Amino acid sequence: MTSERPVVLVIEDEPQIRKFLRASLDAQGFSVEQAESGEQGLVMAANRRPEAIVLDLGLPDLDGVEVIRRLREWSRVPIIVLSARAQEDDKIRALDAGADDYVVKPFAVGELLARLRVALRHAATADGTGAPASIEAGELKIDLGARRISVSGKEVHLTPTEYRLLAELAKHAGKVLTQRYLLKEVWGPGYVERPHYLRIYMANLRRKLEADPAQPRRLLTETGVGYRFNLE
Amino acid sequence: MSAPRPDPDALLARVKREESLEGRGRLRIFFGACAGVGKTYAMLTAARAEAARGTEVLVGVVETHGRDDTAALAEGLERLPLRQIERQGAMLTEFDLDAALARKPGLILVDELAHTNAPDSRHPKRWQDVQELLAGGINVYTTLNVQHLESLNDVVGQVTGVRVWETLPDKVFDQADDVELVDLPPEDLLERLGEGKVYLAEQAIRAADNFFRKGNLIALRELALRRTADRVDAQMRDYREEKGISAAWPVAERLLVAVGPGEEGEHLVRATRRMAASMGTVWTALYVETPALLRLPEAERDRILRTLRLAEELGGKSVVVGGGDVAGEVLGFAHAQNVSRIVIGRPKRRGWRGWMVGSTADRITSGADDIDVALVSTGGKHAILAAGMIVRSRDALGIESPGKRRWPRYLAGAAMPAAITIVGAAMHGRFELSNIVMLYLLGVVIVAIRLGRGPSILAVMLSVAAFDFFFVPPYLTFAVSDTEYLITFAVMLVVGLVISTLAGQVRLQARIAGYREQRASALYDMSREMAATEKLVEIVRIAVRHVSEVFASQAAVLLPDGNGRVRHPRGESVAGSLHGADLGIAQWVYDHTQPAGLGTDTLAGSDTHFVPLATPTGPIGVLALLPANSRRIFVPEQRRLLDTFAALIALAIARAQLADEARAAQLAAETESLRNALLAAISHELRTPLATIVGASSSLAEQSEAMGAAARRELAQSIAEEARRMGEVVAKVLDLARLQAGATRVNADWHPVEEVVGSALQRLAGRLSKHKVTTRLPKEAVLVRFDAVLIEQVLVNLLENAAKYTPPGSGIDIAVEARRDEIEFTVVDDGPGLKPGQEKKVFDKFHRGVPESSPGGAGLGLAICKAIVEAHGGRIWAENIPAGGVVFRFTVPQGDEPPPALDAEERV
Repeated sequence: MTSERPVVLVIEDEPQIRKFLRASLDAQGFSVEQAESGEQGLVMAANRRPEAIVLDLGLPDLDGVEVIRRLREWSRVPIIVLSARAQEDDKIRALDAGADDYVVKPFAVGELLARLRVALRHAATADGTGAPASIEAGELKIDLGARRISVSGKEVHLTPTEYRLLAELAKHAGKVLTQRYLLKEVWGPGYVERPHYLRIYMANLRRKLEADPAQPRRLLTETGVGYRFNLE
Repeated sequence: MSAPRPDPDALLARVKREESLEGRGRLRIFFGACAGVGKTYAMLTAARAEAARGTEVLVGVVETHGRDDTAALAEGLERLPLRQIERQGAMLTEFDLDAALARKPGLILVDELAHTNAPDSRHPKRWQDVQELLAGGINVYTTLNVQHLESLNDVVGQVTGVRVWETLPDKVFDQADDVELVDLPPEDLLERLGEGKVYLAEQAIRAADNFFRKGNLIALRELALRRTADRVDAQMRDYREEKGISAAWPVAERLLVAVGPGEEGEHLVRATRRMAASMGTVWTALYVETPALLRLPEAERDRILRTLRLAEELGGKSVVVGGGDVAGEVLGFAHAQNVSRIVIGRPKRRGWRGWMVGSTADRITSGADDIDVALVSTGGKHAILAAGMIVRSRDALGIESPGKRRWPRYLAGAAMPAAITIVGAAMHGRFELSNIVMLYLLGVVIVAIRLGRGPSILAVMLSVAAFDFFFVPPYLTFAVSDTEYLITFAVMLVVGLVISTLAGQVRLQARIAGYREQRASALYDMSREMAATEKLVEIVRIAVRHVSEVFASQAAVLLPDGNGRVRHPRGESVAGSLHGADLGIAQWVYDHTQPAGLGTDTLAGSDTHFVPLATPTGPIGVLALLPANSRRIFVPEQRRLLDTFAALIALAIARAQLADEARAAQLAAETESLRNALLAAISHELRTPLATIVGASSSLAEQSEAMGAAARRELAQSIAEEARRMGEVVAKVLDLARLQAGATRVNADWHPVEEVVGSALQRLAGRLSKHKVTTRLPKEAVLVRFDAVLIEQVLVNLLENAAKYTPPGSGIDIAVEARRDEIEFTVVDDGPGLKPGQEKKVFDKFHRGVPESSPGGAGLGLAICKAIVEAHGGRIWAENIPAGGVVFRFTVPQGDEPPPALDAEERV
């Protein structure tokens, strides 16, 4: 890490949103670059090599998902998507195209900053030695090396598939993983049209790991989109 | 009364005629005494002159009959290709009406107006094609011979001995705009005939020797001249009326011709037509249907139908009234209609009834105080009306036709005198013979009442014979010793016959009365059922059911769409529905408001009868009938019944349509008021936070230096809070709009039930932090089927409400119960509860628990819940809990499909 302030590229056509994003991000110690259109954003991403990108899905010139796709051809920079409310399909398309997370408009700045930090941290670990050997979230402890799980010190027995699912979520802690992604990674490409597999296993995991499965604290549902492992 | 004034009735008729002529083409008839006078030649010459004047002339059909000079005249005029019809291997050609209508020239030439079209043409007669051309705004030139005129048909037949079948109704001739007489002196015509210049049809060649006699030609020429003169006369009258010149006819005369079932009816109608034409008056043909006349053989009943149709073709009106007394009905009708002259046939013979009660003619004559009565001789006239459809009214009425079950009845009739003879033999010697006669007569009465007229007459004969044979000395022979018994026989015979006739009539009348009542009750049943509903679909269904029952037909009510195109009915069909009726014919019927198809003059080749459904304001649909037995609908009584049914159905449909319109208007008004309420609610809900945001943010922008950090933060927080509130309102309005527009699809899939509860609680974590939330869920992981995004929204809205309307620290309980066929969600709070009576209203749009209270929200949350739950096929309702608080429940049906299972190796 250099002492320089991390660069965040904001691709957003709405000037008022750019304005308050710039002010808030600047105050939080980021250096902010701005682009008003998808094409301009792609050029600036190539020139300035930002540490993270905040991308509005509704741009005047390019479809936001198309921008993600073109960025992912050459870059693994974390991308946080700003999406309009209640358009689950758009969120899923963006995430499947390679976005790291999304925030729904209207959003509070704090929410965006939290997501941004998670994405930056995740990018940092991925760049380095790979996944951490163990993950701790409150009473829940996941030892990825020994494949051992414990809650409040008590070991919990998981089936191999349950373990694979939990490990996949924990490795991307804080990030939304789409149903499609999880089904493909854990069960294989033949299972992407069988979302009930995923839902049943998530329910089983919650029963084993959460104090109250109806009010989960770690294994959170993003209804209509996917699941997120909550580290905090 | 010195100033002569035009008769208002006549003026009105003129105005109507001229109105109906607006936009119509003009008809010009080239009229001649007989073939060969040069009508076609004259027509072509006139057409060429028109063409030279720039009119678009089209030759529709012209018969040049191989004459070079005529053919040369047709050269250079546009020719409409003839329609080719293949019929039993032979190719026929026919005038192509549709092509002519589509081509729409300024003037079209259609030769031989009285021509009969090939069988599967739209109209049976060419003059009907011409009427449609005129209605389409096309001018028509045509030709006509005097012998084809309907009213002169019989006269020409008498003069020349040759009668033609192809006739033209006089009204077409009278309504022609111009009639041009093409005249050729008989000498010149004979000369042309000699030179072979006259075309003769095959049948005419045979009759030519007779026909083309000079005497005939002179007579025909006179008829043609006179008929043309009549027209000129009529034009003169019109002119005088129009100009208010004192009319030669101070009052409008009305003629009434009373027709009976006999052959003379046709002659009476023609005679009346001629009389009316020469007087320039209107006329009506009246048929009185008495119970006795219902008993007539089919052939005679058929003839009545044809006679009445003839009257209409000749330009008169035809009316059928029911009644017992012919003379009384005729006089009553005549007085009611202001008839000035009644035409009746001279009675031919006087039966015993005639001697006793006087003939109908006598009674009409004596009852017609101020009305002239014209007696027309009816002897020796031969009827030529073609026997059309054979109608068996007895079948239709359910009256046994003779021949059916005849022998049993006659056997029973014969058994009666036999039985009486045995009884009489026992009585013989102890009683007077006259008492035995009385017994026989009693038997005849019983037979007449029970078995009808025929068997009772047989019984009379047998009674007389048996009485003679067994009881009159010398016994067991037909010989009579005492001549006094001959008088007994005669009286017995006459009394027996009179009894059988009268009793038979009583029986028939009872049947007819029964039939009448059946008709009335059929109508009553349908109208009562129709009155009970305002739904168009229902009315159509009722109509189809009743019509199909009463007329033993398959029936369909065809209604037009928004563009006036008649469509097949949609939706489920009822028993008796007719499918696939010819929409082309139906459209024609709808457009022209005239019946067509089977049994009519238009497209008679169809097997379906089409009746227009019309109200006084115009056509509203078409009733199509495919009769199992065509006789069932073409007897006069059934026809009248069908007309009544059609009128009734049309009125009911019109009523339903009006009701629909009223409903639509009401709905539009409600939608409008809803929209206004929405605007009012939204503007209130948006303005309040907006005021805070504008105020607080402007303070920050303008006076931030003067404020302390704490004050600045407070302002910023209230901006954020109010903005969030606005965002919620906007989101809800959008949700509801999408749900109501049907844009939101229920995307049901299998979900663990606790997942949706968990995600809803997670979304509201901030807002519920001050409440104690408990959950009661099924112990096992249960998969249920719903749209998770939408059901989560329902839970979020219910929880939000609970948080909003209960004080901090209150408890909120969420429970889910999975039943066999549905799951029930329950959200309970222990707050103040709903006001009694509000349990239903809370789900209305813009309803809020506490009006104008601070918690806000435009009152849309529960309306959204209701829309979502109902989209899932479930129910949502609210109940107050006696102990305090309110419970909201909703269900989601699960259907029969079992939850999906995991593959075996996965179930570790």
